[in-house]
Amino acid sequence: MDEIFGIPAPLLFGQLLLGLINGAFYAMLSLGLAVIFGLLNIINFTHGAQFMMGAFAAWMLLEWAGLGYWWALLLAPIIVGATGVITERLMIRRLYKLDHLYGLLLTFGIGLIIEGIFRNEFGSSGLPYRIPPQLQGSWDLGFMFLPIYRGWVVIFALFACLATWLVIEKTRLGAYLRAATENATLVQAFGVNVPRMITLTYGAGVGLAALAGVLAAPIYSVNPQMGSNLIIVVFAVVVIGGMGSILGSVLTGFGLGIVEGLTKVFWPEASATVIFVIMAIVLLARPAGLFGRG
Amino acid sequence: MTSLNRRSLIAAAAFGAGAGALPIHRARAQAANTIRIGVLNDQSGLYRDVNGPGSVACVRQAIADFGAAAKGINVEVLVADHQNRPDVGVNISRQWIDRDGVDLIIDVPTSSVALAVAGVVREKNKAYINSSGATSDLTGSACSPNTVHWTYDTYMLAKSTGGAMVRAGGDTWFFITADYAFGHALERDTSAFIRAAGGRVLGSVRTPFPGTTDFSSFLVQAQASRAKVVGLANAGGDTINSIKQAAEFGLTRRGVKLAALLMFISDVHALGLATAQGLVCTETFYWDLNDRTRAFTQRVLPSMPQGLRPGMAQAGCYSGVLHYLKAVADLGVAAAKASGTDTVARMKAMPADDDAFGPGSIRADGRKLHPAYLLEVKAPGESRGAWDYYKPLQTTAADEAFRPLSEGGCALVRS
Repeated sequence: MDEIFGIPAPLLFGQLLLGLINGAFYAMLSLGLAVIFGLLNIINFTHGAQFMMGAFAAWMLLEWAGLGYWWALLLAPIIVGATGVITERLMIRRLYKLDHLYGLLLTFGIGLIIEGIFRNEFGSSGLPYRIPPQLQGSWDLGFMFLPIYRGWVVIFALFACLATWLVIEKTRLGAYLRAATENATLVQAFGVNVPRMITLTYGAGVGLAALAGVLAAPIYSVNPQMGSNLIIVVFAVVVIGGMGSILGSVLTGFGLGIVEGLTKVFWPEASATVIFVIMAIVLLARPAGLFGRG
Repeated sequence: MTSLNRRSLIAAAAFGAGAGALPIHRARAQAANTIRIGVLNDQSGLYRDVNGPGSVACVRQAIADFGAAAKGINVEVLVADHQNRPDVGVNISRQWIDRDGVDLIIDVPTSSVALAVAGVVREKNKAYINSSGATSDLTGSACSPNTVHWTYDTYMLAKSTGGAMVRAGGDTWFFITADYAFGHALERDTSAFIRAAGGRVLGSVRTPFPGTTDFSSFLVQAQASRAKVVGLANAGGDTINSIKQAAEFGLTRRGVKLAALLMFISDVHALGLATAQGLVCTETFYWDLNDRTRAFTQRVLPSMPQGLRPGMAQAGCYSGVLHYLKAVADLGVAAAKASGTDTVARMKAMPADDDAFGPGSIRADGRKLHPAYLLEVKAPGESRGAWDYYKPLQTTAADEAFRPLSEGGCALVRS
């Protein structure tokens, strides 16, 4: 009676919820990617490494400066975002006039270098990072025990996604950004410093990745390859949602998290593949993605 | 002793080379007196700290301790990253043997790669010492006159850790299994012990490898099965994430026992004692076991990466190479280079003894025999210093630790 497709209903609800939590990470990461692609036309393959740097920044702040999780939540995105700004100024900027492929290759290379440096410095098995005391423990939801921290991740990610969307769609700054995407020369003619705006946008996108990294640090092993495991999935999410579509990437991120969660119950072996199967189908049916324009 | 450039090897493997396009030219004239050892392992992925550069350091230590130069034997070490992919591992092995004249391939974690490389080495009649690989098939259905399986295997882990958990009352199990040769073998061998002891396996999930970072879904499934023990048939980063997330979801607080069927000291280090305390695992080497293991650790420590203490897989590379070089010296370099089968046969005929594993021997099926130690991870308060992580619970003698010779189904034994 309490079974759906042979799986007990409570277990299924639990899996839906866990899928939603993983979806929160996908959403936050793909959001940053979508913002960067939408405004810079750069496919930022360094995103996984920047996510990893966020987690490492949290660890370093704790170990070297004695600053805990809450400070990390604030400072890590700023620090890692600053490295993004430097990268944009020194390197990525030179590629705007070239084909997408060059930006992809450059950012992919930078990502590999960053990962290699961290691997040489810290090894591969990772560093311990504890859940902050305020968020330890779990809620009994009846159908499962939900760790408070996971609940926090979902709520925080939703908030971050909403805030980003509001900034881009509803503020004057967001209007400048969108206008610059359409016609940079014209916006510059109105006295807006477009190059600086683009630099800061890249920094903000990177900061979002770092923020996701801080959120992930207490759950996943903080190790140099943590980003490369996620980034391929996140790219699939962005492609399915429609390159550059903010809303699309967020909705697809949460949605695919749930699909993946269900696959883990019905066919665990396929859970790493299911998103790419969906990507292939979507590309065949709607090459611009579910929420893409054109 | 020169080291081949790793990057160029990776690049060559990535481009499916084998065409000999690398800028490496070796003087063939010198080859006759030179033994070439290829360390093939994970230099960049989730098993890197378990073997990786640490294994290379241990191999070099073995060459130094053996005193190869003083004995007039020239030894070269080559290193490559197989990225946990069988195709890459096979490509590198073929290049090493065909083009670079490698005589011994050592380490090779990731059972799927370990089995594939065993085939290449046998075909080319070279020597193969597997230290980091786990599957007991290496000395069972896939045994070879060119293979020595050194450090541990899935049967030994299943018997020691699995057996101890069942004896302590954990008679119902749920497995979280890495979906490749290693995970399957570990689950199979452990299940056999559980059933033999009257226990039951209530279920299992196969998790994609590599690439799974979130185990919460699988842990919740394990909890829903109401099994008393959750068996982790995975390793390295997967084990770390599983244990970390099991603590987060409060499995252990609600009385579920975790069986870390394969855990290395580097995993404990990564988890931190606060999370890992109380876990029981099995290793065949622990740096703080006795005076000899401490002496070995002191010697190799300066060249270990990131201040890691050597774990059993790395120590196995030391021990294996030391024994191999003794056999080479006994046999003569020319004869050893000519036939891997002869070299391995000589290794089996000689008793082994070194600081890391103590006295031991190699069986007809290629299994290296030494004691296994059941260890418990200390609580933070019990640890007296850096890397003081384990308290030994029980020692299984060398002749009881591994699968009986008659049960492995190795063709070498029947003939």
